[in-house]
Amino acid sequence: MKVYQFTEQPYPDAWNDHQGSLRVNLPNRKCDPHIAAELFHRYYDEWLLADELGYDIMLNEHHQTATCMSATVIVGLSVLARQTSRARLLVLGYPIGHRQDPLRVAEELATIDVISRGRLDMGFIKGVPYEFAASNQNPVGVMDRFWEAHDFILKAMSSHDAPFNWESEHFHYRQVNIWPRPWQQPYPPIWSTTGSKGNARVLGERGYVMATLGTGYNTRTLYDAYREGYMAKGRPAPPADRFAYLGLVAVAENDREARERGERVASYLRSGSIVHLPFRNPPGYLSIEDNARLLRGETPPRSYTKDRRVIDMRSASVQELIDAGILFCGTPDTVYDQLVEFCEYCGGMGNLLMMGHAGPMTHADTVENLTLFAKEVMPRLKEYKQPVAAAA
Amino acid sequence: MASSVISVRGIEIEILECGGGRPLLFLHPGIGIEPDAPALAKLAAHYHVLAPVHPGFGRSEVPRSFDTVDDLAYFYLDLLDQLALSNVIIVGVSLGGWIAAEIAVKSTARLSHLVLANAVGIKVGDREHRDIVDIFAITEDEFLKLAYHDPAVGKRDYKGMPDADVKAVARNREATARYGWSPYMHDPKLKGRLHRIRIPTLLLWGMSDGVLTEAYGRAYCAAIPGARFEPIANAGHFPYVERPDQFADSIFKFVGSK
Repeated sequence: MKVYQFTEQPYPDAWNDHQGSLRVNLPNRKCDPHIAAELFHRYYDEWLLADELGYDIMLNEHHQTATCMSATVIVGLSVLARQTSRARLLVLGYPIGHRQDPLRVAEELATIDVISRGRLDMGFIKGVPYEFAASNQNPVGVMDRFWEAHDFILKAMSSHDAPFNWESEHFHYRQVNIWPRPWQQPYPPIWSTTGSKGNARVLGERGYVMATLGTGYNTRTLYDAYREGYMAKGRPAPPADRFAYLGLVAVAENDREARERGERVASYLRSGSIVHLPFRNPPGYLSIEDNARLLRGETPPRSYTKDRRVIDMRSASVQELIDAGILFCGTPDTVYDQLVEFCEYCGGMGNLLMMGHAGPMTHADTVENLTLFAKEVMPRLKEYKQPVAAAA
Repeated sequence: MASSVISVRGIEIEILECGGGRPLLFLHPGIGIEPDAPALAKLAAHYHVLAPVHPGFGRSEVPRSFDTVDDLAYFYLDLLDQLALSNVIIVGVSLGGWIAAEIAVKSTARLSHLVLANAVGIKVGDREHRDIVDIFAITEDEFLKLAYHDPAVGKRDYKGMPDADVKAVARNREATARYGWSPYMHDPKLKGRLHRIRIPTLLLWGMSDGVLTEAYGRAYCAAIPGARFEPIANAGHFPYVERPDQFADSIFKFVGSK
């Protein structure tokens, strides 16, 4: 298993002073640039430590939010491409359906890949609902735009002999010929995220790495949909390295400390959905069927515990989050057992996207969490032999 | 109101029809059209009312390539050609008014009169002020308070509604964004083209509208040669819903006098 250290690079000082919305419309006066600078440097230091400890690294971006100061992931990738030496650098993800200019995306990512000497993992995502108010991209049809941007970026990265032309529905270019071209051939590995079976199948057909978040003991149905798509293309069952899962991790020498740390890591889930109601569901983001259900006041449960209790991860207790496979929490032995049990349930899950820092965790708290996991849990996970499940 | 399906250049949409006499094309707002809308029945006393459900709204199909009000304007010009209608009175409310204006700047060959009610579609204010309330940044209750003189009129019980109707509501919201997300509810070019409208034009304006201002309506009116502005009191953004009698009577008088 590979383990990617992830933090959203939050600005937690604003979390208790938001009048119901941490995203989109929280006035940026509440952001002190001096505090932001301290936080950024600290987060980069923690990623440098992660690099030394044997982790890979995951970065993301969100917009206009105190939950995540990384408004353009290219900045963080640029810093880490130069300052780290061995970790893979996963962007999960880059919201390419929102970008005005996919040529710029191809140029940025190819450059990061070259500077890092081939350590980039390239995650393309649709983006959470709150991003549309900020980007002004029309949520209706965003996936059409996403796939056209995707096609264009891959062609730009893999065309080497002459400039090419692109005149399509969303993007228009002449003389496309990026410099530098990417280090990894034909382009860096592609990842994406999903919460729907239909999209999971599409990702399976393409063989991209698929990540999910907060799906807990409901993950298997998505993985199986991926497996169907993957195997429908005449391939054997997908290996565990095709699957990734964002898990919150709080490990400590004893259970009491681990649970206290677990509360602090869980603050990510508790803060993430604090946003002015209309920004949570822009038109066209969800299907007509899902929106009809919402109008009727029906909200489909997303997270289940292993024994099929429904939980709401935004308000669940640490114990419920552990039961649901969303938070891995306890002593090193306990956390290892929880992770292995989850991988067995998934039929193989080869990339743990580990949220080892969140919210109000201090530097010392984070360093202890990362170090203990790297020393006591990661070596055993590297040895662990993943199952390889076939489509159901 | 008889409902049927009509295919226009391969795109199947729902169309409501009633009455007889000269044709009146009613273009509905973003909230869609209800077949039992009293204003349509009133208008049908004098006219052959045709109320199509725009592509993407209600149960009407939409091709993937449709994403501007321009697409809808050409679609309805094709519909008028297909039905070989002439001397058409065209009435549009809110988004429907925008569509009507986009049709009229392209061709008035089949039109006799244009009626715009609380129409969106143009940019009036400066770049740092929206002319039109961002309906996607407010809750449904906030929208009802702004859009109606009496918010209770717009309230819907989704739980008690047939499934197909709830889906139609969801489709209406999505289609409104499809055409109006950005530039938000307007075409930056339209205002500069309104001078091309050379048929009698009436701006009907629900004066309790909190989505648009009266000044916006008057600016719209001023950009169309010879257009007349007529306020409707005690009505909001959808005056045909809240004051159907006055709405229809204003149209009878306007058309009858020309």
